[in-house]
Amino acid sequence: MARRPNLGAASYVLVVGLLAALALLILVGPVLVVLATSLTDSRAIRFPPQGLSLRWYELLLDTVRSRPIHRAAGNTLQVAALAAGLATLLGTAAAIGISTMRGRLGRLMDAFFLSPLVLPGLAFGLAALVYFTLLRLRPSLELLVIGHFIVITPFVLRTVGASMSQLDPALPEASRSLGAGPWRTFRRVTLPLIAPGIAAGGFLAFMASVDNVPVSLFLSSARTDMLPIRMWGMMESTLDVRVAAVSGLLILAAFLLMLVMERLTGLTRRIRG
Amino acid sequence: MRLAWGLVAPLGLAYSAFFLAPLLILGVVSFYQDEAMTEFGTAQWRRFLLDQFHWKVIGDTLLLGLKTVAATLLLGLPLALVYRAASARWQRVLLFIVVMPLLTSVVVRTFAWIVILGREGLINRLVLDLGLAAEPLRLLQTELGLVISLTQIEMPLLLLPVLAVMVRIDPNVLDASASLGASRWRTLFRVILPLAAPGIAAGCALVFASATTAFISQSVIGGSRLVYLPAIIWQQAMVVAHWPFAATAAISLLLSVSAVIAVIATAGRIAAGRVEAPTHG
Repeated sequence: MARRPNLGAASYVLVVGLLAALALLILVGPVLVVLATSLTDSRAIRFPPQGLSLRWYELLLDTVRSRPIHRAAGNTLQVAALAAGLATLLGTAAAIGISTMRGRLGRLMDAFFLSPLVLPGLAFGLAALVYFTLLRLRPSLELLVIGHFIVITPFVLRTVGASMSQLDPALPEASRSLGAGPWRTFRRVTLPLIAPGIAAGGFLAFMASVDNVPVSLFLSSARTDMLPIRMWGMMESTLDVRVAAVSGLLILAAFLLMLVMERLTGLTRRIRG
Repeated sequence: MRLAWGLVAPLGLAYSAFFLAPLLILGVVSFYQDEAMTEFGTAQWRRFLLDQFHWKVIGDTLLLGLKTVAATLLLGLPLALVYRAASARWQRVLLFIVVMPLLTSVVVRTFAWIVILGREGLINRLVLDLGLAAEPLRLLQTELGLVISLTQIEMPLLLLPVLAVMVRIDPNVLDASASLGASRWRTLFRVILPLAAPGIAAGCALVFASATTAFISQSVIGGSRLVYLPAIIWQQAMVVAHWPFAATAAISLLLSVSAVIAVIATAGRIAAGRVEAPTHG
């Protein structure tokens, strides 16, 4: 077959290539801009930064002058650890249960438990505030844990559900036919095989909790301040340059954790699904 | 089967008590007549729905979501096409680049755009240095600036499901299309995109849901002149402390966003139905 003059092919490569390059730039650029900004020596947030220094990191680490930020960070980590722990435990159990359900029922359960992902988080945040207040509960870290737990569990369900669907059913069957009981089969065969999925889900849930705004916006209070909410306050009022330093540390932490999790669990492939 | 129910039950109970119940209560609260919540009635709904301003806000909010979806598609789909054709090694690098912003806080990404779009920000610096304008451009507190920011903030949510379907497209199908004389553009629109439709629809739904509820990005980058539903919900609940009205606005957000997501899901199914899906893997 004769090849047509390749104007179409050239325009395809050009257009797709340029747009993809722009997509990469827009994905990576802002992260680098934040890192550069955090090293500025000036009191104003400008780009490019004026002079290089670590002064904003020093101020951020100052236990006296940055105490409210430290407290918010402590609360955030505590809530994330507890909420992610709860989500991993209940989410893994539910994902295993759902994986044995057939057809419509399994799909229905899946859709229900994943619905917080596409539901406006703000509506749930307000609902949780109204609900807890009507139950006469005062704002506390425990309530934040419950609220976060609801919105981060879908991440565990997705990764563990994917691991279960890739599990070769012949392996647990072989274990059973060799005389191992259901519990022993689970612990010695199924669990080791789905462990990377559980770890990846728990990690994503943890990061989602650290990042959460819609629930914390309504459930946190002056005593139970959360880091993203405090950073919002710092951006709204004076545009404190410490926001850049906090951001720099968060980016660095996310990057390092991601490298570790990629090694241990093949994280990015699990997120992609 | 009993074991399965036993495993699902704890999460089911937790979701009933702390997810379903609060949302139902929110619905009930929206039907209180007054701020003090003493008697039932439809006063809040009438106040919300009979005011043109609120309809404009709903429209602006949904439109913001759709514009963000369109912009993420425009940039995200080409990147997904490059990803599909890349070697395994480059696929890992690209995937890392896509996931990385997802794991850096939304607030951090919002802050980044203040630095980029601000009066003394990166873009204005470039524009002034290149002599493209005499005055700094106003990008913060405009809808354009907000859509640009949300495009980056939400793009990973589109890309992950799209990349997942892209790698499952059988290369033989594309070869067949090419050897039958289809141009690359024709193959893209008639073969690749229909095959990827389920992933694209899933990604669009996630982006839409996230962009319409992104309160901090909307308020910090959009400023106080641009009003979206989340700002009304937050202000009524936390500043004015008028729960019935805040609940009415929240349920309106919930229903209107869900309606658009249902349309997106249906469109995805129709687009996918136009080809029999010969996927592998």
